This record gives sequence, C-alpha cells and structure tokens, in this order.
Amino acid sequence: MSGSVLYDAPGPRTVARHRLYTLLTAVAALGAVVGVVLFLDSEGELAYAKWEQFVTPKYVEALLVDGLVKTLQMAFTSIVFAVLFGVVFGIGKLSDHRPVRWLCALVVEFFRAVPVLLLMIFIFYSWGIGDGFGPYWSVVLALTLYNGAVLAEVFRAGVLAVPKGQAEAGYAIGMRKTQVMMQVLLPQAVKIMLPAIISQCVVALKDTSLGYYIVAPGLTYIGKAMWTEFPGTHLQTAVVLAFLYIAVNVVLTVIATWVQRRFVGERKPLEVGMTALTTQASTAP
Amino acid sequence: MEDVFSHFDLVLKAFWLTVQLAVYSGAAALVLGTALAAMRVGPVSVLRGLAATYVTLVRNTPLLVMCVFIFFAAPNTGVLTGTPYLVKGVIAVGLYTAPFVAEALRCGVNAVTLGQAKAARAIAMTFAQNMRHVVLPQAFRASVPPLASTLIAMTKNTSVVAVFGLMEATARMRYFVNRNADDTILIFVLFAIGYIILVELISLAAVGLERRWKAAR
Repeated sequence: MSGSVLYDAPGPRTVARHRLYTLLTAVAALGAVVGVVLFLDSEGELAYAKWEQFVTPKYVEALLVDGLVKTLQMAFTSIVFAVLFGVVFGIGKLSDHRPVRWLCALVVEFFRAVPVLLLMIFIFYSWGIGDGFGPYWSVVLALTLYNGAVLAEVFRAGVLAVPKGQAEAGYAIGMRKTQVMMQVLLPQAVKIMLPAIISQCVVALKDTSLGYYIVAPGLTYIGKAMWTEFPGTHLQTAVVLAFLYIAVNVVLTVIATWVQRRFVGERKPLEVGMTALTTQASTAP
Repeated sequence: MEDVFSHFDLVLKAFWLTVQLAVYSGAAALVLGTALAAMRVGPVSVLRGLAATYVTLVRNTPLLVMCVFIFFAAPNTGVLTGTPYLVKGVIAVGLYTAPFVAEALRCGVNAVTLGQAKAARAIAMTFAQNMRHVVLPQAFRASVPPLASTLIAMTKNTSVVAVFGLMEATARMRYFVNRNADDTILIFVLFAIGYIILVELISLAAVGLERRWKAAR
C-alpha cells in the first residue's frame, strides 16, 4: 500500500483492521449475491425453460451469426471509414490554410457534439428509409461520422505528439509539406494512435446497439426477436447480450493494451477530451 | 419548418426533459461514481475488486442493453413496476455513467504525485489535514477535464432513452422528421444546435472551474 498518496503504509494494527473490513465486506457482498440469486429464483427467472433457447443450436447460431457477426461487421466497417474520415479532417485541422482549418474544425466539432442516435435517426429517415440505403448503412454512416470526428482529434493529437525535430529534419533535407506528412509524421503518428483507434472500436461496437431503434441488424435486433418469440425473457436475453458485448470489448481492450506496450512503450496513451482544457483524458462513455 | 416553429413549445419541452435527465443522472452518477472511486483507491481489497468488476462490466455494456435491464427486465421481476419513465431513465443513465465518473476521479487522484503526500507527512500533517489541504484539492482540479468530458458524453447519451418512450429532444426530432419529410436537414440542425448549446454550457463551466482552481505553479 506504500504506493498510495491517500494513506501511509499500514502498521500491524491497521492491517488487522483492514483484514476485518475485508472479511465483513466479503460476507456482505456474498450475502448480496445470494440474496439476488434467491430473489431471481423465487421469481422463476432462473428456471431452465427461460434459458433453454440460449443452448438451442438454432438460436445460438442466430445470435452469433445474425447478431454478433453483423454487429462486428457494422462496427469495423464504420471504424475503417472513420479512420479515413479522421485522417482527412485531422490533416485538414493542421492545414496551413485558415479556411480549410476552420471548415474542418467546424465539421469535427459538430459531429462530436451531436448524439449518435440523433444523427442515426436523421440519416435513416432522410435517406435510409424506403428506397434508400437501409438501416444497416444508416448505422454505419452515423457511426462513421461520429467516430471519424473523434478520430480526427486523435489523429491531430497523434501528429502533434511526434517530436518537432522530425518534421524540421524532413524540411531540412528538402522534403515538401506532403512528403513530410506522408513519409515522416504519419508513420510515426499511426503507431502512437493505434491503441486509441482500437479503443474507439469499443465505442463503435457499443453504439451499434443503437441500430435497435431503426431496426438495423445486429445483436440487439436478434435480442428483440428472441424476447418477442419467448415472452418474458427480457432479463435472460439482456444478460446474454451484455455478456457477448463485454466479451468482445474486453478482448479489444486487451489488444489495445498489448499494442500500447508493444508499439508505444512507456509513454501515456493518447487521449482526447471533449473540452478545451489543459489536461485531457478519454473517459467519454 | 413552419410546423416546428408553430409547435416550438414542444421543442422546448423536449429539451427541458433532456436537461432534467442530464441533471438528475449527472447527480446520481457523481454520487455513485465517487463511491466507486473511493472503493477503488481504498485499502479494502474486496471493495477494490467489487468496484473494479462493476467498472469493467458496465463500461463494456452498451447503454441500450442497460436500458433493456431497467425498462424491460426489471419490471418482469416485479421491480420498478410503477416507476415513472423519467426515474427509470435516470437510473439507467446514472448506473451507466457512474464507472466513467469513477475513472475520471481515480485519474485525478493518480495525478497527485506521491511526493506531495510524503511532504505533508514530513511536516507532521494529520491524515485529515493531508486530505483537505494537499491531496484532494489537487485531485479535484486534475479530474475536472475528464469529468467534464464524461458529463458531456452523458448528456448526449440521455438521447438513448428516446428508444424507450421518453419524449426528450431526440424522440421529438424523430416526431418532427416523420411529419415533415422535406425539411429533415433543417430540423436536424435545429435539434443539433440545441445539444451543442448544452454541451458548450458544460464545457464553459469546466473551463471556468479550472481557471478558478488554477494553482500558481
């Protein structure tokens, strides 16, 4: 405990006291878990009949193939487009030409401040509905614009995080602006940005669930289909959905941490906040 | 567009609901998040584990699934049956935002360097004095920016409860978009500006707070 600013390394009496607290809280936590389980059991929520569909091959397949795979597809498609969007607008925000800079900043700030669901509904009811491009691409487009705007910020920060001497050295040997960007700054910035891009996948993946509102395919769509077919199994379905999302996201987080260690090293992860403040952290839900 | 302006009270009412959702869920998330952060930096290992588990689980679950738990699953088991939708929305958004608040606060505590606390101990400050005069002021200041980001994201996230029948700004935009298929862009921009104003207000408050708490270094 010596690593904490909040308290000193505990002495023997404090250690004993902490041990008591640990025991008490463990008992309380266990009691709470048992209480919830007993309550759910008394409500019949734990009955096998309510969970049977999740071990039936037909439904498991629907959940994984039509649900999870579609969700992953939507998330990754939108992240790929978002990276492109982010590169274009991130570079735009670093442009030497003021109008370009301002226009890019305006676009980026706009899409960062607007809720994804609002964007999604607008896109779907404007161009997606009827003969339009449908709910799937409405979700992808909305997520592209939102995550692209966030990634543009990440990208800009990534380019700025490359030591200044790199660009100066490039100019010194007679490189042009584009050459410096493409051959010197970008390759180094991408390395720094990689963990942030992977973390953004988690955000995109979670936001694909909003497709539920415009009846887009994906996990939440299958979830709704399942609790419609088996009335009263909302709890079970939600637990399974949450489990799938958490599993994928934890894997992504582990990959992001690994990439961070492997390619970026000890330096702090690149973070972009929502406000114009000095220190920033990307804790945005 | 005339349809929107002749029913502008509906727009204002919708944003009022969004503001209510944001304020109440923000308060709930701050309380719960502070508790989680305290558990995570505290000395009791079971509490640390519990808080870390909650943070991992909730941070990786979409808000929509959280809402399914609160709006559909809980009433099935006889919990939250007669609760107003606003309260359910606040519970869902609050529970969902709390771990992000906890992370922001923890980030603030971690920003205080160990030497600060050691120096305080060296001049014989008690634990309470150390907290009050040295650690917490610095921790709060360092957590303002991430906290502001979290609250802004939360304000935008209140739009998700539109899916579950609350007539807040996003649901109201859908209503107008459905009625005026030719004016969708203008309607969207109008509602977007509403959200941008809310976001900017939080952002300005954060900048003001940080300036006020800025220490001479």
